[in-house]
Parts: sequence; C-alpha cells; structure tokens
Amino acid sequence: MNTPLLRVERLVKHFKVGRNAMLHAVDDISLDIAPGESVGLVGESGCGKSTLSRVLARLIDADSGHIHFHDGAQESDLAASPAARFARHAQRGVVQMVFQDANDSLNPRYLAQDTIAEPLRLLVGMKDAAAIKARVEELAGWVGLPTELLGRYPHQLSGGQKARVGIARALASSPRLLILDEPTAALDVSVQATVLQLLADLKARLGLSYLFVSHDLNVVRLLCDRVVVMYLGKVVEQGPAQEVFAHPHHPYTQMLVAAIPDPHRKGQPAQIMQGEARSPINPDPRACRFHGRCPHGEPRCELHTVSLREVAPQHLAACHLLED
Amino acid sequence: MNAPVASLPLLHVADLSLEFRTRSGTVFALENIAFSLNKGEMLGIVGESGSGKSVLAYSMLGISDGAARVTAGTAMFGGADLLKASEHELREIRGREVSMIFQSPRTALNPIRKVGHQIEDVLKRHAAVRGVDLRERAIDCLKRVRIPDPARRYDAYPFELSGGMCQRILIALALACQPSLLIADEPTTGLDVTTQAAIMELLSSLAAEQNMASILITHDLALAAQYCDRIAVMHAGHLIECGPAEEVLNAPHHPYTRRLIASTPHTAPSIAAMSPIPGNLPDLRRSDLPPCRYAGRCERFEAACNAAPLPEFAITPHHTVRCWNAE
Repeated sequence: MNTPLLRVERLVKHFKVGRNAMLHAVDDISLDIAPGESVGLVGESGCGKSTLSRVLARLIDADSGHIHFHDGAQESDLAASPAARFARHAQRGVVQMVFQDANDSLNPRYLAQDTIAEPLRLLVGMKDAAAIKARVEELAGWVGLPTELLGRYPHQLSGGQKARVGIARALASSPRLLILDEPTAALDVSVQATVLQLLADLKARLGLSYLFVSHDLNVVRLLCDRVVVMYLGKVVEQGPAQEVFAHPHHPYTQMLVAAIPDPHRKGQPAQIMQGEARSPINPDPRACRFHGRCPHGEPRCELHTVSLREVAPQHLAACHLLED
Repeated sequence: MNAPVASLPLLHVADLSLEFRTRSGTVFALENIAFSLNKGEMLGIVGESGSGKSVLAYSMLGISDGAARVTAGTAMFGGADLLKASEHELREIRGREVSMIFQSPRTALNPIRKVGHQIEDVLKRHAAVRGVDLRERAIDCLKRVRIPDPARRYDAYPFELSGGMCQRILIALALACQPSLLIADEPTTGLDVTTQAAIMELLSSLAAEQNMASILITHDLALAAQYCDRIAVMHAGHLIECGPAEEVLNAPHHPYTRRLIASTPHTAPSIAAMSPIPGNLPDLRRSDLPPCRYAGRCERFEAACNAAPLPEFAITPHHTVRCWNAE
C-alpha cells in the first residue's frame, strides 16, 4: 500500500458525563485513508461516528492519539495543535467538512456566493474581489450550481441546491480530504441521486479522498471503496466495501447488512437484534461491546477483548468467533 | 395475503380532492385520489416530499391543517364517510377504529408524562377501562410491542428511552384499542437500519395477529416493497400508479415510477447507473396546472397528454396507472 493520505493512530475521545463517569465515544481507533480513496464510516446512532469525524475535522480535540497527514513529502500530526487554534493552522484548508443538514449549516443571512467566498478569504487568503468572484463562479460550475443562483439566500434555494452550496464551500480551500456527514440524508431520492453522482464525479476529477459518514448502507456500497464499521466507539470490521457487504464477518456487520430493506426478502422473517445496547459509559474494558446483543455470544466474550484480525486480504474483523 | 376479499373493502377512498387556501394562493394539494384497502392488507404510499402522502393521511383522520378544504370525494370506512364525519364522530373513530403513528416518536409523546400513564389515557378514553385493571392493561400493551421488562418501563419518561423504544411506545398507544386500520407516517425515518428492521417486523406481525389493515407512508421504495402487499405511488398530489408490490417494483408502468426506481440506491449496480429524475415538482399554486402534473418532467411527454383529463387504465384488475403514455 502507498503512503496513506491520513493515518489515524489509536485515537481516543472520552466525554465526562458525571462524577467518575466517562462516555467512551471513540475508543482506540486506528484507520488509514489513501489518496483518492473514499472510506465509508457506518454504525448506528450513538456509536461515535460523528465524534470521530469531528475529531478528524479538528473541530474538537482528541484525548490521545495521532492524526498523521501526508501531503507530498510533508508529514504533520493534525492532533498536535489544539482545536481552538486549528482555525489558523496551515493545514486547516486541507481537511474540510460537508455537514449533514444544509439548512442548519448555511448562514441564513449570507448569499450563496458569500458562503462560498468565506473560506477563500479566511483560509486561502485571497483579497482581490474580482479573483474571488471568478473562483466562486468556477466552484459553482464544479458543483453544478447555476451562477444566477449565487445571489440568493439559503431560503430561496431548494434542498439539492443548498447541498451544492455546502459542497462548493468545502471545496473552496482545495482540500485533499472531505469529511461528508450524511450529506444526502435530508434529500429526496431523485435529488440524492444527482448529489451522489456529483460527489463521485468530483472525486474522480479532483483526486479527493472522502470519509463518508452514513447510515444508508446502500449509498455507502455505491460510493465507497472501503467501509469501516463502528459499534459503541470501536471499529469492529473494516475492508473493501463490496467484500464487507457480500461477506460480513463480524456478527454486528452481519445484522447490519441483513437489515437493509430488500424486496427480495419479502415474507421472510428478518434477523432482529435482541436486547439493549451496552452503555457507552464506563464500559467493561474486558468485554466485547456487542456482547448481550450478539446471537453467538459466549462466556469468553465477557472475559477478554479481541482486536482486529485479518480475515481476508485487507479485510479485518474483531470477534472471538473468527479465532477458531 | 393479498387475495381479493369478496366483501366490501375496509376503506374506500374515491375522487378525493383537497386544497389549502393560503395567503400566497390556493395550493391544489390532492386531486382525484382513489384507492381502497382490504382487511388485513398493508398498503404502501410512496412519493417524494411534497407529493401529498401525509396530507392524504391527515385528511382521512380529520386532522388536516386549518387552511385545508376537502373540495370533493368520499372516504368510506365501515359505512361512514370519514371526510364528512363531525368532529364528535371522528373522536370516537380515532384511536379506537383508526390509529396513527407519527414520524418522530420523541415529539409525538408527552415528554413530562410517564409512558405507562400515556397508554392509560388512551385506554380510559376509548376502551372505558377503569381502576386497578388500568395498570395491568397498560403493561399488557407494552408487552405486546415486545418491550423488555414492561413493568419497569411503565414508569419511564420518554427521554429515558431510545428512539426505537419510543417508537414501540407509540405503536403500543396506537394499538391499545385494537383498531382495524393503522396509518403509519414514516414510522422508521430517523431510526437506525437495525431498529428499522425490528420496528417493521413488529408492525407486520402485529397487523397479521389482529387482521389489522395498515397504510405505510414512506419515501423508501425498497422498504415499502419488502413489507407491503400493494404500493401506491404519488406525485404532486396525484396518485399515479397503484398495484401489487412486486408488480409495481418489477414492472412499473408510469414513467415517474420507473424513474423513481432507477434513482434509488437500492437497485442501482453503480453510481453511474442511477438516473435522477429531471426537474422539480410543479408549483401546486398554479391555477393553470396541466392535467398531468408530471408532464414537465416526463421524457414520454406528447402534446396529447395535456389535451384531456388524466385517464386511469387498469393494467391488470389490481394494477392501475394514470398516464396516457404508460409502458
């Protein structure tokens, strides 16, 4: 494998939720993102995928761990400078984020062109108004936003157009990695299809890497090269997207894949997850986080943890059952 | 399961039109909607946002917005027309005969009342249960929706429960009086895919147990196709195609249904193979809305399409399509 664009090493983020109570949102996570690769991050709500993406976008600080970023020959640890100062970091522009709800993430009092121009002024340092205007129009062209819409406010734009403004803003600082947090969750299927095609097209054209956070597994299957499955703060499985969906190894991934709506399974009883999820607050360090809901749980699952092991080339899973 | 029933359908909606009178003009939200639903059947109503799915459901329960006016049509349910029923009559029907599950379970529950008490409220009002039986019946309701440890959950407040658990409480509330029709408006939107599967399994097994008919409103075509007997597709206030789930999914006849299926990530082999639907829903405030509201987006459009009111063709006895140029 070539040098990854981003190498995340043993990243930990715990939140204090009370006296002696720590919520383990991100617990010792390592992963790589190669240049030009798109990685899907999936898992149920509360599994820590949003916390992980916010740490990687350097909006919040990790407790420990490293985020190595390789740009050409240069290497820097993005985790080394605190989030509060990261806004002025030289690398601020290289990791950008597209937020989930285009409604809430656009300033309602900014015209579309102001939204796209802001990172050009703040991160790229452009000052010449004509140059900024030209660049804004170029970015609008990339995302398929007609230039006559640039003078509109968010409330005058449709959901798909707002999503395009959010993507254009993220592209303004010429990032290498885009973190996309459910960018199509609020869109109708027909609009979702155009936005997904736009994302696939931009990735190919600009050589971007994506970290695509989603719980729509069908979208991940289509857009991503690799998929990382999280469960309660841990990575339980990762590997090539087609391979993970076709041959999931971890029992949680198996249930996740089985739960994707499928008209061909009509009338067949689905495999339903039993019991309640374990609490992410002060979890037992020895027990598997999925124990209790896992249909194959054994006593040893509660006694010692298991780390990711290779089950096929590039395909890792963490489960005792895979040891035998 | 979807064998035609010789007797009258449980719900028969005919010629339903509804408009909203707003300051910025009249919105022609529903036009000539017709469908029927048999006992024990599950009908999926599918469409993009703004197509009128929820408006249709709300109109049948008499809980539409104040600006809404039903301008034509009937919705016959058990010998009564729901659209003409008085508020007093509707109160007797809602909750007892027809129940509804709303989209976001957290906002549909009272946040400062224990969930057990909320179920008791329904039982007191509609089933005339009193006294000591009340708690027992409420716990029974919780048990029926497979909530673990129901006696303890009785005392829980909604904020103490997960999203999936709150949705189960809403289902328990809706089914407390064993209605013969359940309307579920996007019951799994916002839930995890594993929770979604559990909720849908629960809904379909409870419906089968009680021979209850249900209407599933969703934008997820694959979900509707997996659980529903029949699917009705809506576009801009028109019900444009209705038929058995497999038939609509595998052999759609309306151009819009075809494009909708082609744009879902479920069926697409690759991103490039997805074909988005061009254009947007027409502005439903226009007084000169064409007879076919899909005309502006349709690749099979011909001038003749707008020369006459929208037709209804029966492909098979149970599969209808409203298009001059159906495939």
